Amino acid sequence: MSGKPRLHYFNGRGRMEPIRWLLAAAGVEFEESFLEKKEDLTKLQKDGSLLFQQVPMVEIDGMKLVQTRAIANYISTKYNLYGKDLKERVLIDMYVEGMFDLNELFLMYIVQPADKKEEYFANMMNKAENRYFPVFEKVLKDHGKDFLVGNQLSRADVQLLEIILMVEEWKPEIFAKFPLLQSFRARLSNIPAIKKFLQPGSQRKPPSDDDVVDKVMKIFY
Amino acid sequence: MSGKPRLHYFNGRGRMETIRWLLASAGVEFEESFLEKKEDLTKLQKDGSLLFQQVPMVEIDGMKLVQTRAIANYISTKYNLYGKDLKERVLIDMYVEGMFDLNELFLMYIVQPADKKEEYFANMMNKAENRYFPVFEKVLKDHGKDFLVGNQLSRADVQLLELILMAEEYKPDVLANFPVLQSFKARISNIPAIKKFLQPGSQRKPPVTEEDLAKAMKIFRS
Repeated sequence: MSGKPRLHYFNGRGRMEPIRWLLAAAGVEFEESFLEKKEDLTKLQKDGSLLFQQVPMVEIDGMKLVQTRAIANYISTKYNLYGKDLKERVLIDMYVEGMFDLNELFLMYIVQPADKKEEYFANMMNKAENRYFPVFEKVLKDHGKDFLVGNQLSRADVQLLEIILMVEEWKPEIFAKFPLLQSFRARLSNIPAIKKFLQPGSQRKPPSDDDVVDKVMKIFY
Repeated sequence: MSGKPRLHYFNGRGRMETIRWLLASAGVEFEESFLEKKEDLTKLQKDGSLLFQQVPMVEIDGMKLVQTRAIANYISTKYNLYGKDLKERVLIDMYVEGMFDLNELFLMYIVQPADKKEEYFANMMNKAENRYFPVFEKVLKDHGKDFLVGNQLSRADVQLLELILMAEEYKPDVLANFPVLQSFKARISNIPAIKKFLQPGSQRKPPVTEEDLAKAMKIFRS
């Protein structure tokens, strides 16, 4: 028992990736147990480790936390990534919930049947380009500071960078229209803890390929 | 401008109902603007009132809040329904996120195609009875107090009552195996602000009908 948080999930991004980002941005070292086969999940379910029989699960501070947002809220509060007061927090929450919605589209893309993929992709990118990124471009412009909210790094910044980099993997030309998002991306990527996370060998997970998807389907379905 | 929060949504439960429950439990009076036709939504979108072009939206304390969880978090914090410290808060968050997941199943039931409805319903009620309600039955039992978390009413209690009542509308005996949830339901329903919300004439919305659904589809899907 090392005292470090331990993440339980499969070896891929999925619903655990924002958690990895938040811990890394907070400079918190963590360990990971990867589910490789269905029995790994069943074992956790049988020994009562998973409140609703699901992962993500994070062992931290003597607790076994489940539910992505509950874990993210806890980590953000504990490591001062959640703003300085209720006013800042509600802005962070609004922004981050929009990001979770966009991320949900990304998560569901991977499992679309082949004949639906193209249309789904177009809709997904359309939402990124026309619903979500214009909002964050405008927030940065109007707020006029280095961060989305207040005067210090918050989970909103970390989660936005995560989303920007994911979209870049699919359609980098989208950002031509968003100069402030471009400078935000450069600036945030240079924060030492985040820079470290972006380097090869970190615990950041690569985009899911077909092998990962197959494995996940076997474990969870 | 009355100073009361104003809710913008269609005249039905959907993703706004949890917000109504939280405000009502906190004893906060609120007003509602109902979207009746597509133009009502378009107007809000065009005048910049909706951060991501979507409702729910709640005008409160000089802000136009969107995103169900952001609104619920704000109201819960402001009206002391979010526990007394971080430890209580993370328990509340875990429970409430499970409740949101079950609620999502209920929300999506209504829009299932006719040939999928029966299987979907069975899966939905199976999750309620085998994944979610057993957890809350055990939490109440192990915690041994009147509330799910700590020693006072929190959003977890309010949202659980909301979910229990919805599940019972689908399956009246859904709590048959959960005696502790049955007494929880009776006890929380008797809290004055909640009792009032449960009475006819309150702003609580009835279950959605096919007509409501058709109207909402016209507004949101065209």
